[in-house]
Amino acid sequence: MDMSFTPEQIAFRDEVRKGLREIMPERIRKKAELDQSFENEEVMEWHKALHTKGWSVPNWPKEHGGPGWDATQRFIFSEQLELGGAPALSPFGVSMVGPLIIQFGNDEQKKRFLPDIAAGTKVWCQGYSEPNSGSDLASLKTTAEKDSDGNYIVNGQKTWTTYAQYADWIFCLVRTNSQVKKQAGISFLLIDMKTDGVTAKPFLTSGNTYAFCETWFENAKVPKENLIGEENMGWTYAKALLGHERTMVAGVGISGRMLLRIKRMAKNTLRDGRPLLEDPTLRAKIARLEIKLEGLRMANYRALAGAQLGHAPGPESSILKLRGTEIQQECHDLAMEVMGHNSLSWFNEPGTVPPRQEAIPSNFNYVRAATIYAGSNEIQKNIISKLILGLPNG
Amino acid sequence: MDFELSDDQKMLVDTVQSFCKKESPTERLRKMRENPIGWEKKIWQQMGELGWLGVAFPEDVGGLGGSFVDAGLIIEQLGTTLVPEPFIPSVALAGSILQAGGTVAQKEQFLTPMLEGSESLAVAYLEAQSRHTVTDVQTRAEKTGNGYKLTGKKRWVLNGQGADHIVVSARTGGETRDTDGVSLFVIDPGMKGVSVNTVTCMDSHKAAMVEFDGVEVGEDRLVGQEGQARSLLELSLDYGATAACAEGAGIMQAVLSMTRNYLTEREQFGAKIGTFQALQHRCVDMFVETELGKSTATMAMIKIAAKDANERKRAVSAAKSQLGTGGGFVTRQGVQLHGGIGVTDEHDVGLYFKRMHILSALFGDEEFHVARFASLPSFEEHVATDPLAG
Ligand SMILES: Cc1cc2nc3c(=O)[nH]c(=O)nc-3n(C[C@H](O)[C@H](O)[C@H](O)COP(=O)(O)OP(=O)(O)OC[C@H]3O[C@@H](n4cnc5c(N)ncnc54)[C@H](O)[C@@H]3O)c2cc1C
Repeated sequence: MDMSFTPEQIAFRDEVRKGLREIMPERIRKKAELDQSFENEEVMEWHKALHTKGWSVPNWPKEHGGPGWDATQRFIFSEQLELGGAPALSPFGVSMVGPLIIQFGNDEQKKRFLPDIAAGTKVWCQGYSEPNSGSDLASLKTTAEKDSDGNYIVNGQKTWTTYAQYADWIFCLVRTNSQVKKQAGISFLLIDMKTDGVTAKPFLTSGNTYAFCETWFENAKVPKENLIGEENMGWTYAKALLGHERTMVAGVGISGRMLLRIKRMAKNTLRDGRPLLEDPTLRAKIARLEIKLEGLRMANYRALAGAQLGHAPGPESSILKLRGTEIQQECHDLAMEVMGHNSLSWFNEPGTVPPRQEAIPSNFNYVRAATIYAGSNEIQKNIISKLILGLPNG
Repeated sequence: MDFELSDDQKMLVDTVQSFCKKESPTERLRKMRENPIGWEKKIWQQMGELGWLGVAFPEDVGGLGGSFVDAGLIIEQLGTTLVPEPFIPSVALAGSILQAGGTVAQKEQFLTPMLEGSESLAVAYLEAQSRHTVTDVQTRAEKTGNGYKLTGKKRWVLNGQGADHIVVSARTGGETRDTDGVSLFVIDPGMKGVSVNTVTCMDSHKAAMVEFDGVEVGEDRLVGQEGQARSLLELSLDYGATAACAEGAGIMQAVLSMTRNYLTEREQFGAKIGTFQALQHRCVDMFVETELGKSTATMAMIKIAAKDANERKRAVSAAKSQLGTGGGFVTRQGVQLHGGIGVTDEHDVGLYFKRMHILSALFGDEEFHVARFASLPSFEEHVATDPLAG
């Protein structure tokens, strides 16, 4: 047994660091160093910069523009991005619809959509959730009916559609058959956001950002070429995607960086004239969180080592999202505690609080979502309870 | 990175597993309450012959030349049925001191017979005032013409009641809490002036309160350099903590599995209690802690051999602290989800609960290891690492 990276993997990590420093635009680097939040156009600028290096779609096969990295290299790459505070790319094209098209799309669709996703020239969003279909996603009601030419007419409402206001395309789960079991009547459609009848209206989130939208479809006409795979198979495709990249969901890099920020803040914050980091109670709190993260990292390494050998995800991988998102939230809780009175507002006025602290109160709110989206933590527990522990159905 | 078990390791785990089932199910632990030392020499001998005791020691002292990961795998399995033989005090605590600090002659005399299973060992390091600080020692060893004379009281000596030799920490210089001045000696319980009082711990294991009243030993009984025992003792307790994490991982798996089974059998309100979502989620929380416990125990088992003591301490402290929180949670919830039967002596879940408490309390509790983790250089060095900042 061995928990260290090989010399080749360490060399790879150094190459990644060097490469990232080289391609990172000055303006983004400055913001990253100060742990600030990024605007959509900065995220896309960064996406394009990564693309010049061939690094924008690390999880795609080589033939579609991926760098041909293995599971461990992908982990190292993403951890370096997270640790460095680089803008997180929009996952909808790169990690969701892209891999789905690669797996289930036809050649025409691959040619048409994949290059733009890789290059960051088209932005995607995800149209799954509806006002009355969240955790029980398969109950969704947005309909797609065939017209005489075999094209689809889409009607209904999606919601919580992250960054739909910036998106060129949306991938949707829609109902094409309401006579069968709910999962069996769902299809997977790609819809151009400029289609007549499609409107996205941004929501203000509790983090004071416009991070998601309500998205309406009123007789939106979608060409039949935009159907992925077969009609009524959409649920199967979407589920297949859930199993992808389970070794990436823990966010050990994100929380690692957050811990670093917490310590740095605690070092620079005085209480009774002494650095707060010297306070044994606070130190213990930080240490407990870091220890939790070490445990998560180790579980992540075990999952990764298994994936590297091509094993099916073991039980350890199912805890990564659950524990990883809890730790992300705890990191923000602790950061807010260390900030003290600096945590009271949104800091629209530069100079109110140290620049490194500016983004934290907003993220403290937004990170609540980490345990809600992508299968809430309660849903994760239901799944583990059934699939891993084999507990009986109610 | 590689966490696969080798074929040899898989075989080892299988052998230990079937031993636990056949030779030492939990019922045996209850029987051992009647045994004056709490365990059986014939089983210990068998473990020695199978190579289990020496698995992590080099061949020149009679070991198999493996790593502590192998030992950890054995201890983890022994934990699943609470096998009472003194693996931790003999192999982890005393074995690590003798291996790291003993002379060739001392290894031959004290270590090899233990690895063969013909003898067992103990380490007497705790005193009434000492809590987890290894140099908080009042027992004194005065220099005599040709050796030392030991006087003092040691408490909670694990396997002190059964050991053939006891490694004792005693002051050869300095004051009670000085970091220097502590030395280690091997004494035999039969020596003049040694008195051993057996106590029964709540986990059905036994330990001893050991007193030394002018016990005379020769210079050949000094282990390591005089006055410099601190790092050996810290190493020894880290081995103890790592072994505790391994055993704890076995306990958590056993408790999770028995609780899960109970939820699928027990009925109330006309339904299996495992259909109640509150209990399903609690059981998942137990599963999460168990997986983390396995992961951190593995980390400690690997890092215990690190050349850099701080790297070792960081991993061991993280793992031991996780054992305190996660192991405590799993065993407490294990009892809770069994209802009334869970608080009877007849049911196994209580045995695991008690053993977990002992493992948490020994070799530095959660609080100690959190504080140690926070005092290591890595805790502050971390502040300065920023991979993209040039
Ligand atoms: C910031 C953010 C961004 C998002 N972005 C997108 C996006 O881009 N595209 C998209 O399609 N969706 C998106 N979502 C939606 C997200 O997937 C849903 O919020 C999620 O599936 C939960 O659904 P819900 O909000 O309707 O909550 P509900 O399903 O109504 O859940 C309410 C509460 O009940 C619990 N609960 C529900 N069912 C069970 C059960 N069976 N057992 C136990 N507890 C249960 C939940 O865990 C939760 O705590 C986003 C959400 C957020 C917060």
